[in-house]
Amino acid sequence: MSRQITRLALAVLVLFAALFVNLNVIALLQADDLSTHPANRRLIIQEYAIERGPIVVGEQAIARSVESGDETLRYQRTYPEGQLYAHITGYYSVLLQRSGLEQALNEELTGRPAEVLSQNLAQLLGGMDRPGNAVELTIDGRAQAAARDALDGRRGAVVAIDPTTGGVLAAYSNPTFDPNPLSSIDTADINEAWTPLQDDPDRPLLDRTIAETYAPGSAFKVVTAAAALEAGLEPGEMFPDEGVYDVPQTEANIGNFGGGRCADGDEISLSDAMAVSCNTVFARLGVDLGDDALREQAERFGFNDAPPYELGVTRSVFPDELDTPSTAQSAIGQRDVRATPMQMALLAAAISNGGQLPRPHLVANIRDPDGQTIGGPDEGLWNDPAGDGRPVSPRTADQLRSMLIDAVESGTGTSARIDGVTVGGKTGTAQTGQTPNAWFIGFAGNDVAVAVVLPDAGEDATGGQVAAPVARAVMQAALRDDG
Amino acid sequence: MSGGSGGTADAPRTREARLLTGAVIITAFAAILLGWSEAPDLPPAAVVTGLALAVIAIVAHLAVRGAAPHADPTLLPIAFLLNGLGLVFVRRVDMATGSDLAATQTVWTAVAVGLLCATLLFVRRIRELARLQYTFGLLTLVLLLMPLVPGLTAGIINGAQLWIDLFGMRFQPGELAKLSMVIFLAAYLERNRALLSVATQRVGPILLPAARHLAPVLVAVVLALVIMAGLRDLGSALLFFGTFVALLYVATGRLAYPVVGAAFFAAGSFLVYNLFGHVRIRVRIWLDPWADVGDTGYQLAQSLFAFGTGGVTGTGLGQGRPQDVPFSATDAIFTVIGEELGLLGATAVLLLFLVMIFRGYRIAQTAKDEFSTLLATGLTTLLAFQTFVIVGGLTRLVPLTGITLPFVSYGGSSLLSNYLIVALLLRISDDSRRSALAPVSAKPSRKAAS
Repeated sequence: MSRQITRLALAVLVLFAALFVNLNVIALLQADDLSTHPANRRLIIQEYAIERGPIVVGEQAIARSVESGDETLRYQRTYPEGQLYAHITGYYSVLLQRSGLEQALNEELTGRPAEVLSQNLAQLLGGMDRPGNAVELTIDGRAQAAARDALDGRRGAVVAIDPTTGGVLAAYSNPTFDPNPLSSIDTADINEAWTPLQDDPDRPLLDRTIAETYAPGSAFKVVTAAAALEAGLEPGEMFPDEGVYDVPQTEANIGNFGGGRCADGDEISLSDAMAVSCNTVFARLGVDLGDDALREQAERFGFNDAPPYELGVTRSVFPDELDTPSTAQSAIGQRDVRATPMQMALLAAAISNGGQLPRPHLVANIRDPDGQTIGGPDEGLWNDPAGDGRPVSPRTADQLRSMLIDAVESGTGTSARIDGVTVGGKTGTAQTGQTPNAWFIGFAGNDVAVAVVLPDAGEDATGGQVAAPVARAVMQAALRDDG
Repeated sequence: MSGGSGGTADAPRTREARLLTGAVIITAFAAILLGWSEAPDLPPAAVVTGLALAVIAIVAHLAVRGAAPHADPTLLPIAFLLNGLGLVFVRRVDMATGSDLAATQTVWTAVAVGLLCATLLFVRRIRELARLQYTFGLLTLVLLLMPLVPGLTAGIINGAQLWIDLFGMRFQPGELAKLSMVIFLAAYLERNRALLSVATQRVGPILLPAARHLAPVLVAVVLALVIMAGLRDLGSALLFFGTFVALLYVATGRLAYPVVGAAFFAAGSFLVYNLFGHVRIRVRIWLDPWADVGDTGYQLAQSLFAFGTGGVTGTGLGQGRPQDVPFSATDAIFTVIGEELGLLGATAVLLLFLVMIFRGYRIAQTAKDEFSTLLATGLTTLLAFQTFVIVGGLTRLVPLTGITLPFVSYGGSSLLSNYLIVALLLRISDDSRRSALAPVSAKPSRKAAS
């Protein structure tokens, strides 16, 4: 029987070998997937054991961790002005994971890289008790509030940027949402708040400043003008002043806003055409320059690319391979040209800033719990693949700047005027088939550049009427803080 | 100090004493570490556990020294180490869930070791058991049926009717039934193995012994299986069957038995799969635990999360989440070990079992008579299969069925039957070594070499 027992022992050995192999597979190969599996609560519990650092605007924490009173999930996030900053902070939720900066800066806010969270050594060494880092933002609380107040409940988005640093001063999207119930540790609260937000046709969760594109309309004429000036034209270049531009190869000709001519005379300068937003001139100019030149200029400003930013920005689009009628439409920001408010604010900032395209950012600095700065702002230029951070020459930038100042002083953008401050800007009213997109992009001094869009402010709304006053309010608020 | 023979008899007991000391020290350290994970002071629970285990170890050692001085020196220390780790991890589960099982388990440890001592004292010759084979056969059935008896039964718990309430204690008689069945089988096979080895029937390419020799065994096993399926304790049914087939093979040397056994098993599995909804669910969970993570797949998923989170080195004692794993003190205690001690700790525990199992087979091979050989083989195989089924189940190697991890899981009946296994193995090894040592005269014993 001894031989049989040896064989039986070998069979048992094989069974145990299978156990060992299987244990190794789990502990070595599947460990990462298992420890981070969504149904595995351990990671969440460890995460919620950390006092995340606050997100700070000015002196105020707009997101901070407080003791939840719950034994398993120790801390929870609160947002004192939740709705105002919802799209910037995002939420921090046991059910919905994270969004906004809570997601983008998770490692900074927890104070440790993600891998450490799934390790246990740090916990053994007591590392889990250390709170995370504070993140201070470039946001100007007054400008942000001014954006909310000026939009006054209307659907729309506002982006304000410091043209020299690229620091974002305001980024407000309406309608908004309250991140507090979504960040509750009570899943019933989360579900109760989440379902209506998802079903809402107004899509309050959508960050319209960066995640939605709109036809820029006449605000895009700035790009067309930039292409022309870069090609050697002067602001004084004269164009025929006609009621209708007879677009080649099509019956769909282009007229001016409200019909009629742009000026009284036979001719109109490029500069004046900008001030009064003359469609016929810019459509003709676009066709003369060609779609390649327009596209190249647009791309140098950042179109067809996404800017480096803490939050994900949707690409703004200038389409490929346009025929002549499309080129004419695109030159005045119609057809399939699309831009995010962020992109349009960057366009205004570049013109204000001597032709240099700043790199947008929200983080002013990151401080560890001892108050030491451990991370600074991502200042500098946006070196997009199409350029060197300088979409236009300083000379072109200066010429454009003057043209836009004229447009505010005596053209379509007069509602953006601020006493004692040099304000330049361009309105836009894009016909999108339904209600028009009302735009204003502009700058005040070289202290703030702004883009405002109201996608459905009313059938007769124009950028000058509805968007420019919003921009004015935000710029004024930003300047007051500066002073 | 009575000459050479006394010295050789002392040697294994001295080794055993050293190993036992090691087991107690390791347990005490683990208990202290666990206590420190909660509070920085020396935890009183750790001291109590350590002292209790030390006292129990001394008693056990003295009993073995007196009643089975030549017995294998490694079995008892390994059982103690596993038992001690079990106590620590049951206490760990207590900390997480607010239960109070560790104290009860300590009492059960004392009772089980007491039973081990009593067995060694009263069963002086293992052959005495062989004479009682039909008593044990009957006892097996009685034990299995007890949970069905009104007045005794504790009702259906977790979908199975396995427990009885006796003197206010909850008890699982099926654990002891496995043992008495192995005793019966060993005695029966010893008597009939010559007959069973002779093939007189040809079924296809397979030669089988006459049906009448096989019939009683088959009746017993089929009955056991039916009862098991009726009690919904499929894990134990699997154990019975595997042990039976293994014993039959060892007794007869005929591979036909495992082959026919496998065929029986396949047919039985198919039948059981189609008859019982809960078996179908078990298999579905095994194939895809993630499909229903929140409900039926919960336990297996939580077990895998625990192993995955533990990784190689584990979270450390007291740092895991046993409260997330259902039945973490009983069936799933290996999961808690895997999470907190990691792959290394889990491997160490499995190696302890492997050493114990190989000692068991060694004892079987060196036993002085065939009954002892068969009994040791059956008891060891029981231990091996039980460990394999529960560890494999918790790690998704095989479908998960709820049975205990020997010595480690919380549960009095399980501890009792496992210490009984150790007692019987000790007795068998003592028998063989004593007879190998005693007459150093005529023929040089082959077994003395081992």
